[in-house]
Amino acid sequence: MSRPGGRSVIAYRRRPTPLHAARATLAAAYGAALASAALIVSHPLLLAALGCAVLSAGAAAGVGGELVRAARRTVIPMLALTVLVNVLVSRGGLTVIARLGDWGVLGQVNVTLEAALYGLVLGLRLLVVSLACLLVVCTANPDELLHAFRRISPRSALTATLTTRLIPVLGADARRLAEAQRCRPDGGARGASGRLAVLRATVSGALERSLDVAAVLEMRGYGAAGRTRAARPPRSRHDLSFAAAALGLVGLALLARLSPAGAFTPYPLIGMALSPATVALAVLVPAIALAPFADRRGIEL
Amino acid sequence: MSVLSFEGVSYRYPGAAADSLSEVTLAIEPGEFCVLTGLSGSGKSTLLRAAAGLVPHFHGGTFAGRVSVGGLDTRTSGPAEIGALAGTVLQDPETQVVMSTVRAELSLAVENRGLAPGAIARAVEETALALGIAGLLDRATGELSGGELQRVALAAALVARPRLVLLDEPTSQLDPVAGDELIWQLRRLNQESDTAVLLIEHRLERCLAAADRVVAIDGGRIACDRDPGGFLEWAGAERPELQTPGARLLGLLGIEPPPAGVKQARAALRRSGLLDAEHRAAVPAPPPRTRRGPFRRRGAGEPALELRGVWHELRDGPAILRGVELTVKPGEAVVLMGRNGAGKSTLLRHGAGLLEPTRGTVRTSGRVGLLMQNPGDYFLHERVAEEATPAALERVGLTALADRHPRDLSGGERQRLALAIVLGGDRPAALLALDEPTRGMDRAAKGRLAAWLRRRAEEGMAVLLATHDVEFAAEFAARAVLLAEGRVIADGPIAELLAGGWYFATETARILDGAGAALLPAEGAALLRPRREPAAAPELIAGAGS
Repeated sequence: MSRPGGRSVIAYRRRPTPLHAARATLAAAYGAALASAALIVSHPLLLAALGCAVLSAGAAAGVGGELVRAARRTVIPMLALTVLVNVLVSRGGLTVIARLGDWGVLGQVNVTLEAALYGLVLGLRLLVVSLACLLVVCTANPDELLHAFRRISPRSALTATLTTRLIPVLGADARRLAEAQRCRPDGGARGASGRLAVLRATVSGALERSLDVAAVLEMRGYGAAGRTRAARPPRSRHDLSFAAAALGLVGLALLARLSPAGAFTPYPLIGMALSPATVALAVLVPAIALAPFADRRGIEL
Repeated sequence: MSVLSFEGVSYRYPGAAADSLSEVTLAIEPGEFCVLTGLSGSGKSTLLRAAAGLVPHFHGGTFAGRVSVGGLDTRTSGPAEIGALAGTVLQDPETQVVMSTVRAELSLAVENRGLAPGAIARAVEETALALGIAGLLDRATGELSGGELQRVALAAALVARPRLVLLDEPTSQLDPVAGDELIWQLRRLNQESDTAVLLIEHRLERCLAAADRVVAIDGGRIACDRDPGGFLEWAGAERPELQTPGARLLGLLGIEPPPAGVKQARAALRRSGLLDAEHRAAVPAPPPRTRRGPFRRRGAGEPALELRGVWHELRDGPAILRGVELTVKPGEAVVLMGRNGAGKSTLLRHGAGLLEPTRGTVRTSGRVGLLMQNPGDYFLHERVAEEATPAALERVGLTALADRHPRDLSGGERQRLALAIVLGGDRPAALLALDEPTRGMDRAAKGRLAAWLRRRAEEGMAVLLATHDVEFAAEFAARAVLLAEGRVIADGPIAELLAGGWYFATETARILDGAGAALLPAEGAALLRPRREPAAAPELIAGAGS
């Protein structure tokens, strides 16, 4: 049985925080900077610092609970899978910590410390990137983002509008289909053919739905000549601080990548810088990420 | 110049064997409030889509004739250009709201027309105030209920101040209160701004009093195009399925002309001496409460469904059910009623075991077959015969269609197939639960469904049905349960519940002010006929609603 609930918790909702007060494009840029930094650096300590920074930024933006729940449900299982796959398929490490014998297609499987640590680094990177994307979803007003995109590329914005609208609609459809299958006396679709039948029903439903949404958009004049003249969102004093933080995070990540302080070599033996400069970088990452949240003037508790 | 005109329009969908519209000629004048009606599949929605420019631009197919909207020919102007003159609201609110907040949704249509920012802000505020959704402006559209979404879709269609509004059953998902409010909001808009309205509606009793004109369509052709009174006369003679309950009541009493609403019906009854000086129906003593058939509440026995103190609470949200106590016995026919968001669908899901209560217990004596709002969700296979057992198909009368594709069936046939699926299996269902089964159905189809469900109840199956359709509820059920804010606020014989209310009441009950607990035209006529034929009249009393 499913627990009471039903509505998706990962969605934008206006909250009284500095990140929500910034323009959507800058909130998105801030999240993108956190994700980019995670893709640039590979030192485990710096990735861990970035993970702390994203979660702390989420908490400061009032969406920490959403991020933790999403991480628990999807990201952490993916992290575990990444570590497991790397441990089983990587042949680069020299420090064997377990011999698992002959695994047929995979051959002789030896678990090495290097493969385990590098799997963890990859998983951590995935975790930070996913959480940064979720932070953008929860804090950047999607309508404001679409407005910004429409000025640059109307067709891309139309596609994005259709997609963003269809995702929750299809999510609701999928929940309904799943419930309907559970109402069948035989318990619904089972096995590969059953799953295929459900997939076919979902896809045909998605096509019908997308036609309906497209018809409505067309009737509302979306894409017609002489389109939007809506006012740009007002500037906020938080815009500058989040833009500076985004630039600072990317700059710091590049510095870590290029300097010996951020060096990390996983194979054949682990080589990892652990100097005062590394620690300083690890402290600076969350400090820069969280600095814009210090300005809470006008937010009443 | 007409705001909308059809000149000899014929249309056939791609791959269809027959025309959906045939030689349709019709003109809607500025400021007219026109109701478009007809049986299911008669071509109403196609006509509306042709007026919006979706036919033929969006659907393709074969198109002949000319449709003109405010002087724009739909053959040369697409839906986006037509949309500047005509706002359209389709049936499913889920797919009509495209932005993530209500304010952005309302802004979209006016932004696309190139209005200045100040004008956009004013249009959004005024439209929201006019439709009573100002409180929703900053809400996320993903959090809105079906009724709220429908209002937002209507506001989005009206915000650009169109000269014509096209609506395809906008009240089909609304409770009686919200449905009536929507119709009168449309009437106010029509009167105050001269906006023409073309409204498709099956529940004519809800909107005829507001209409200037009724167009009935049959087999893709215009069958009747008259004022409401003239339409009701035509329906009485040609299409009794399209008559309103009030018209049928007065028709059974031999009173002419048929009334377009409760006010006219009561005036006619007063003239005929069937309403007393206090405007109450002078009727004989009500018949016994057992009159509603053998499928009334049965005696002792294990309940088919028992809910004890059931709570359903959302994380970071309100409680949907608050300590619900409900028992349904075998053979009982029960309707669940209440406003949108009262908790009806959630209660049915608990009954079927799809949800787990936060507190309380749910017990059933056997399997529960739940038919949700969209029968298509149950279909997985390519042939009807693969979806359900032969016995189940025979029970719903679909044996002859066993080789058809489920998605090629009509709306009513789809519903019967879904019923065959949920009632199939080795173990017979102890309870059949249905969620809004009459959405988009015409009166004839509703009558057939009510009869089929009554037979199941007579066979001993408990039937629990959530609906906003009070006329259908009166036709089918023996007992009604009224939910509000997740609580059961009334539970008793349907005659008592639906005769005493105003919104949750049939048109017959409203005309008779609850007298004699009559809910259906035949019951009302049976009560009043002795008064019209004094020789046969027993003792007269004041109305039972007093």
